Amino acid sequence: MKCSFTVYRFDPAVDKKGRYQEYTLEAERTDKILDCLNKIRWEQDPTLAYRFSCAHGICGSDAMVINGRIELACQKLVKDFKTGNNFVIEPLPLFSVIKDLIVDMNPFFAKHRHIRPYLITAGKALAEEFLQDAAQQAVIEPALRCILCASCTAACPINRANGEYLGPAALLRAFRYIFDSRDAATDSRLVQIDSPEGVWGCKSMRWCTDVCPKGIPVTKCLGQIKRLVKQRAQGPSREPRP
Amino acid sequence: MKHEYDIVIVGAGLAGLRAAVEIGGDTRVAVLSKVFATRSHSGAAQGGIGAALGNEEEDHPEWHMFDTVKGSDYLGDQDAIEILTEDAPRAIYELEHLGVPFNRTREGKIAQRAFGGHTRQFGAAPVKRACYAATRTGRVILDTLWEQSLQKGVAFYDEYQILSLIIRDGQCGGVVAYELATGKLHTFHSQAVLFATGGAGKIYKTTSNAFASTGDGMAIAFRAGAPLEDMEFVQFHPTGIYKLGILISEAARGEGGILLNNDGERFMERYAPVIKDLAPRDMISRCMLEEIRAGRGIRGQDYLHLDLTHLGQAVIESKLAEIASFARTYAGADPVKDPIPVQPTCHYMMGGIATDADGRVVVDRAGTPFPGLYAAGECACVSVHGANRLGCNALLDTLVFGRRAGIEMQRYIRATGSPHRSAEPEKKDADRLRGLMESKGRERSGRIRAEMQATMMDKVSVFRVQDGLRAAVAKIKELQERYPQIAIQDKGHCFNRDLLDAIELGHMLDLAEVIILGALYREESRGAHSREDFPARDDTRFLVHTLFGYDAIRGPQIFTKPVKITRFQPQERKY
Repeated sequence: MKCSFTVYRFDPAVDKKGRYQEYTLEAERTDKILDCLNKIRWEQDPTLAYRFSCAHGICGSDAMVINGRIELACQKLVKDFKTGNNFVIEPLPLFSVIKDLIVDMNPFFAKHRHIRPYLITAGKALAEEFLQDAAQQAVIEPALRCILCASCTAACPINRANGEYLGPAALLRAFRYIFDSRDAATDSRLVQIDSPEGVWGCKSMRWCTDVCPKGIPVTKCLGQIKRLVKQRAQGPSREPRP
Repeated sequence: MKHEYDIVIVGAGLAGLRAAVEIGGDTRVAVLSKVFATRSHSGAAQGGIGAALGNEEEDHPEWHMFDTVKGSDYLGDQDAIEILTEDAPRAIYELEHLGVPFNRTREGKIAQRAFGGHTRQFGAAPVKRACYAATRTGRVILDTLWEQSLQKGVAFYDEYQILSLIIRDGQCGGVVAYELATGKLHTFHSQAVLFATGGAGKIYKTTSNAFASTGDGMAIAFRAGAPLEDMEFVQFHPTGIYKLGILISEAARGEGGILLNNDGERFMERYAPVIKDLAPRDMISRCMLEEIRAGRGIRGQDYLHLDLTHLGQAVIESKLAEIASFARTYAGADPVKDPIPVQPTCHYMMGGIATDADGRVVVDRAGTPFPGLYAAGECACVSVHGANRLGCNALLDTLVFGRRAGIEMQRYIRATGSPHRSAEPEKKDADRLRGLMESKGRERSGRIRAEMQATMMDKVSVFRVQDGLRAAVAKIKELQERYPQIAIQDKGHCFNRDLLDAIELGHMLDLAEVIILGALYREESRGAHSREDFPARDDTRFLVHTLFGYDAIRGPQIFTKPVKITRFQPQERKY
């Protein structure tokens, strides 16, 4: 069936600002939106730029705005939209556009690095594993689904107003380590994000949760961090301080 | 632009990052990747990583070794397989200490589940050997190793496409790469280079592999003088989603899922009475195609059903979460209620750049190293997978041999002086790219790619026969002749995907030719290589590795080397 795609274009070599270009193509109802973009690129316009790799929602390359909503282009099919086969495709908001649908993700990953995204332990001889019960692990399970696609951070209205705010994706990764029963740096992690640029930047507006392509309850996870920060202020520390 | 490092790693999947974690901090390391590091295809690995921890039931590295040898149809080198399986428990504990969130047993230990071809007591019954994190095992290991690499100060060059190796006096001294965002060429001088560039599934029409899996490292090393080993062994995973090829992990069968034909029959009981649906991948893919040929595909079509409905929602949501979501999104099937339509999908290259067990690229039968050049992971052939890889052994391969390559590179650079600098090493690549960009030809890479993929799928997939292979090699040669006529329509320098497509296609055409030549040479059926005109395994003639060296004038030149057999003599392979 015939589909119409209106795609945001920006070529830094010639364009001063973005513009929209229309393409018409034949697509199946079960085609992914990524398939449609590929068809445009292979059959009509090889200059169209966007990121993609695994094409089944696990590598996190192809978050973009499809008909006004942030989606992974490889995880949405033509039939998932009720817009009369008309599609408007735009780059992720928040980030600056490099070319067409490709945005600069460096600020996103800089914030990711900031939260110390690695397990900090007291060390253990390499003979066996840390024990961890399934219930302890179930707490962090939602955060393990994260594919770093940046949909949540791009959607967050606080992030748009305050560039310093760490944003939902980085905080979700902080959550993953704070609540990992093996991690020994809970206290200092909580101190690090106990600020308006940290976890208190979140006003529970839930846009992150709404757009997450992996169904992660991001707002809820951030809420769990907030509660722990408050508890820490009131009660004894979980981590002995030097 | 010029850069200088001690070691350059190409590829940011598990093999590359495991090496980076090993040597980062002490050594100046750069990791180059054509996609952002966490987008690497290792992240798509679902079901698990094999190690005889014995957390769920009795298990031993020796059993794991035997299964791997038998799974390889006796083509794997047993000394390397022993290293792999003996080192596996250490590799798992190490990952756990780095933070990988493995699923847990009731006692809080790392949980394990059954996987194809993994057995107790040398084939007696399936054993739970696969350590896993739901069905996102690769993804969480990838994230963990990436985060560890950042902490160790490894320099990442994301979205850099490698073009060639810098070689002077037979010694590898760096790489030339193309920066996607700017179109600029970069030279990276180093004392050693590790290729960890992954597979090449995109040579085939239906594949579980990512768009990035185009075999760049294998093809570039090949042209630089490194032989490719056992390339005819291409794994077709039994359960790709019908028409799409998206992987439904073997874990689905490890947890109790079964394959059904149109009669509702669990047909694997007939072919592998002992381990049934947990037979190795080569065997199940063949059986599935036999069923389809016999008219027992679903509604007479070319697919079968993977049935998980008896597992219950709780198991599906907790242990098979991602694949349940894939089935719902892409096949419109809810695995809690509906069977999933599946067919075999191109999944893994058993062959690759010939290396020894320390990641050194070797150039001949005697195992002479290519100074400064290393390879690990899917792009390498150690060989631990032989003619057919067992599920769960790929992640293990990347971790064990990625680490060993790291250790060996560090030893090498301390013992060896810097290679002599080449003058303008990027000039050849600059000329080649200019040629492509200015070509006035009428070909499109998309068209040639589609013809290559169709040919390979049709004639060089699970079943092969001499006439078909001859036709395929003629077709690939025709495509190679048309290749220089490709015109790049995108004249820009920022994320020029059109140009990248053409570069990748050149690599894939080289590899396709070697795959077919190997398949033609090997007049027997072994593991994933199934010749209909030679249905039996022939240990007298073909218990050898096939290797091809590059020759610009005469075409790929074949030689063979013996298989290393230490503990398990070849026997008939039954399950």
